[in-house]
Amino acid sequence: MQKEKVYPGFAEAVADIPDGATVMIDGFGGAGGMPEHLLLALRDHGAKELTIIGNTAGLGGTFGTKPAVHYVDPSILVENGQVKKAIASYPFSPSPSRPTIFEKKCLAGEAELELVPQGTLAERIRAGGAGIEGFYTPTGVGTVIEKGKEKRVIGGKECPLELPLRADYAIIRAHKADRMGNLVFRGTSRSFNAIMATAARVTIVEVDEIVEPGQLDPEAVVTPSIYVDRIVKRPEAGG
Amino acid sequence: MKRRLDRQTVAMRVAKEFQDGDVVNLGIGIPTLASNFIPEGRQVIFHTENGALGFGSIAPEGEEDIDLINAGGQFVTRLPGICFFHHADSFAMIRGGHIDITVLGGLQVSEKGDLANWMSPERGVGNIGGAMDLAVGAKKVIVAMDHTARDSQPKIVRECSYPLTAKCCVDLIVSDLAVIEVIPRGLVLKEIAPGWTVDEVQALTEPQLLLAEDLKEMDL
Repeated sequence: MQKEKVYPGFAEAVADIPDGATVMIDGFGGAGGMPEHLLLALRDHGAKELTIIGNTAGLGGTFGTKPAVHYVDPSILVENGQVKKAIASYPFSPSPSRPTIFEKKCLAGEAELELVPQGTLAERIRAGGAGIEGFYTPTGVGTVIEKGKEKRVIGGKECPLELPLRADYAIIRAHKADRMGNLVFRGTSRSFNAIMATAARVTIVEVDEIVEPGQLDPEAVVTPSIYVDRIVKRPEAGG
Repeated sequence: MKRRLDRQTVAMRVAKEFQDGDVVNLGIGIPTLASNFIPEGRQVIFHTENGALGFGSIAPEGEEDIDLINAGGQFVTRLPGICFFHHADSFAMIRGGHIDITVLGGLQVSEKGDLANWMSPERGVGNIGGAMDLAVGAKKVIVAMDHTARDSQPKIVRECSYPLTAKCCVDLIVSDLAVIEVIPRGLVLKEIAPGWTVDEVQALTEPQLLLAEDLKEMDL
C-alpha cells in the first residue's frame, strides 16, 4: 500500500516544518498559483528563521492591474517575522512609493536577500530537482550577478557557474491531484509550481480538487506523483 | 517646449518592428502597450515568462482569470493554439534563442549596446525579474524608453553608470525622439520624431550619433 498522501487539513500538512527550514513557495506574482491556505497555516504554525525561495518575497498587492484581486502571499510570513532570508528575482514593489514589507525589512537589515535572475532561479530549482550540480549560463555576465562566481568561456560566451537550489519543503498549488499525487495545473499558474515540486525533500500541494487514481488523463499529468508528498484540498470558493 | 512622442506612439513605432510570425516577449511599461499596435496582416505570437505562448489581448472586464496573466500581472485572454509550460521551460525558450524579439524598458543604454534597466541608484534596490535572461537570450533586443531622464540627463550614454542588465545586447532603441540602431561602430540615428532636428536629438544624447544614409522622419 502506498503511504496516504491526502492530509485532512493545512495545519497538519505544515506541522513539522522546523525553525530554520528552507521553503520553496510558488506564486509568480498574482493570485494564480499561490498556495494561500498553506501560507496561512505556515504563519499560524510559526516556524522562524526561514529561508524562502520564490519569484517574489511577497508583493502584498503591489503587482498587477485592475481589478485588484485580494490574495495571500509570502508577505504574511515576512510580516510575522518568520523570514530570515529570501532567494528571489522580484522581491521589491514595482512602485517605489508602495514598498513591500520585505523591502522595508531588507533595507533595515532585518532580512537577507539573494537576488537571482528569474531564468537562473528557475533553472537552479530545476537542476536541484534533477541532480544537476551546476550549470553555466551567459545570463548575468558583466553584472552584479557574476560577482564571486567561477566563469568559463564556452562557445565564445563568457558564462558564470550557477549552483542548484534545493529545499526542505516546497509549498505549492495545483488545480487537481489524484490520491497518488499526480498533478495538473491551470494556465499560467503552473509557473514555478511544477519545478519546485521536484526540488524539495517534502512537497506539499494545495489543490482545488482531489480525484481517484485513473481520473486524470495520464497524458495531461504535468507533475508525476513521485514528486508529491502531501495533498490538501482547498475549501470551496468563498470558504 | 517641443512635443515628444507619447507612450502610445512610441509603442506603435515599436510594433512596426514585429514581422509576421515573430515570437515576441514584451516587458512591463511602454513595451506592453506595443501589443495594441500589431501592423495589419501580421500575426505575432506573444510569449510570457510565467509560462504561456500565444495569448491574446487584455481581458475584458468581467472575464479576468487569475490563472491567465502576463508578466506584468495583467489579465489576458486565450487565443486558439495557446499553450502553457513551467518556468524552467519558459526560460529555456528565452535563453535557448527561440524568442525572436524582446522589448524591454531602459534606464540607460550605452553606445556599445549595454543595457541598464533593473535598478536606479536613487532607490537603491531593484527587481531583476526576467530582464537579464531576455537581454542575453532573445534574437533581437529592442529598448523602448524616454530619450532623457526626468532631470533631462541623457539616458543614451557612453558608459552606463547604473548597474547593468547585460552587456552589448541592445539592437534597437525606440525613444520618444528617435529610432537608433546599435551597430559595432556605434549608434546610428535612423529616424527622428516629427518637428525635431538632428542637432536637437544629438544635444540630448551623450555619445556622438552616426547618421543613417536614409535618415528620415518617423512614419507614424
